[in-house]
Amino acid sequence: MQLQKSMPISAATAAAPIRAAERRRAFVRRRVVPWLFVLPILIINVAVVAGPALSAVYYSMTDWNGIGAAEWVGLANFQELIRDSGFRHAFGNNVIWLAMFLTVPIAMALAAAGLLAPIRRGAIVFRMALFIPYVLPSVVTAALWRGLLSPDRGIPAVLNDLGVPGFDKAFLGTARTALPAIGFVDNWHWWGFLLVLFLASMQNIPPDLYESARLDGASRWQEFRDVTLPGIRPTLVFMILMTTIWSFLTFDYIWILTQGGPAGASEVLAVLVYKEAFNNFNAGYASAIGLTMSFFVGCVIAIFAILRRRGWEI
Amino acid sequence: MSAVAPARGARREASLAPNYIVLTILLAFAMGPLIILFFNSLKTTAELGLNPLGPPRSFMWENFPKAWEMGNFAMTTRNSGVLVVGTVIGVLLLGGMAAYSLAKLDLPGAGLLTLYLLVGTSLPIQLYLVPLYFTWNRLGLVNTLHGLVIIYIATNAPFAIFLLRSYMLQLPRDFEDAARVDGASEWQVFARIVVPLSWPGFLTVGLVVALSVWNEFLMATVFLTEQDLFTVVTSYNNFAQRFTRDWTMTSAAAVMMILPVIVIFLALQRRFIDGLTQGGLKG
Repeated sequence: MQLQKSMPISAATAAAPIRAAERRRAFVRRRVVPWLFVLPILIINVAVVAGPALSAVYYSMTDWNGIGAAEWVGLANFQELIRDSGFRHAFGNNVIWLAMFLTVPIAMALAAAGLLAPIRRGAIVFRMALFIPYVLPSVVTAALWRGLLSPDRGIPAVLNDLGVPGFDKAFLGTARTALPAIGFVDNWHWWGFLLVLFLASMQNIPPDLYESARLDGASRWQEFRDVTLPGIRPTLVFMILMTTIWSFLTFDYIWILTQGGPAGASEVLAVLVYKEAFNNFNAGYASAIGLTMSFFVGCVIAIFAILRRRGWEI
Repeated sequence: MSAVAPARGARREASLAPNYIVLTILLAFAMGPLIILFFNSLKTTAELGLNPLGPPRSFMWENFPKAWEMGNFAMTTRNSGVLVVGTVIGVLLLGGMAAYSLAKLDLPGAGLLTLYLLVGTSLPIQLYLVPLYFTWNRLGLVNTLHGLVIIYIATNAPFAIFLLRSYMLQLPRDFEDAARVDGASEWQVFARIVVPLSWPGFLTVGLVVALSVWNEFLMATVFLTEQDLFTVVTSYNNFAQRFTRDWTMTSAAAVMMILPVIVIFLALQRRFIDGLTQGGLKG
């Protein structure tokens, strides 16, 4: 732009600078302008996500209370982690969580989507109503179920009064049942989302596949197994992958309902990070746990990538 | 064929009865707790003690203004509103710009940027939460609403960029090229042509981001610790923990929190579901 202004008037001498100016403008337009559009959000994202994530790698090798100077301790935090029985216990709970969420919600959502797919009348009512719990805030879902699971006035109380055995306890307040009870509450909010995903995927299966399955005399179950499941495999596999990743990161429902209690019975890795960083001011150790969680997530993604390369159709 | 089709249709229609039965049970599982919540929000404390699950005999509509006062909803709604509006504007503007660059400007290094955003979204919050908190603390951004808005913009941006980019890719190039020939700058093409043409994408992203900010718990708990700055969600959590015995109040407060969300969801459910299932894959 500026070159243009100071352009010489004579046409003969002007040709070369004009071409140079045009080249520069084209460069700005093609190379610089696109980055100007990206830069603001990129700076914010680096400041919030990438920068702190990288510094977590450094802090995981320090003794740091979060405010003062960080003292380099090498791999001491990780050695402590291996010895820490609380860490092993929390990791075990993440694995239990994974087992619960790879089975119950996926089975429920697959079954419900399979039942809902052939329905026309009222389909939208079912789909919307089953999805609603997913849009509620976790604190409301948790408070609601804390009441419904209460031993003196919730559903267990009613069942107990009716003489059904096994319901005379506080599910959230008992060490053995706390984690499954939280999982139950989280799943109440979660499975409808899976259902809608699977349903959308099922509706993309070409109808003539069902038609030919029917002509072959396939039963409902055979239809589901041989047409529906293969048809939604990309969605199913993707959600299995995401469930696996999220199971190592789960936090909200556990923190809100029990804060990891009673007596650490429902502690998971994310709860440990929170407690170490913000209650015990062991920010260095907390970063080490956070980094270990990222390592697990990285392993999960790597395993999927390797299986895919080996020719597993996932 | 036409003689067979109706007969088979009727047979299949009739054989769908088990489907309806199972789905109705699941519907009761999903909706039952919410109906009980609504019932309980209308009871007196004494009635709730005797009848914690059934329909109310009294209709204590005054529970709602009382819970509004006790839960300090006037203030928390304002705080959550600032966070939602600030984040949505920031994400739509900055995310929209980045999406435009990726979709329309042939950004050099686009592949790298996409990879960066993908890796960034799969990083666990717990990895960067601790250093982020102490950095924000040094910068004086802890216990400020704008400090949290910046975080929400960053964490919601990748989803917005991917969804808006795929939306913009479907737009025909004719209008833009015509505008460029007429001498419009890229900013003018973006603001006057591409944004108006892709408004449904922006609406979808805005809805999903607004919902996720309204419901967000972990970041709001960590970054806003002063009572005056509590969001609807963090304040409700405190309220529900403190008044565990006062179920009429916690139920009434919960109904007030979720009613607007459900109404907006029902009104715009197609857009919501599309947005949430297309890429807003969040736990």
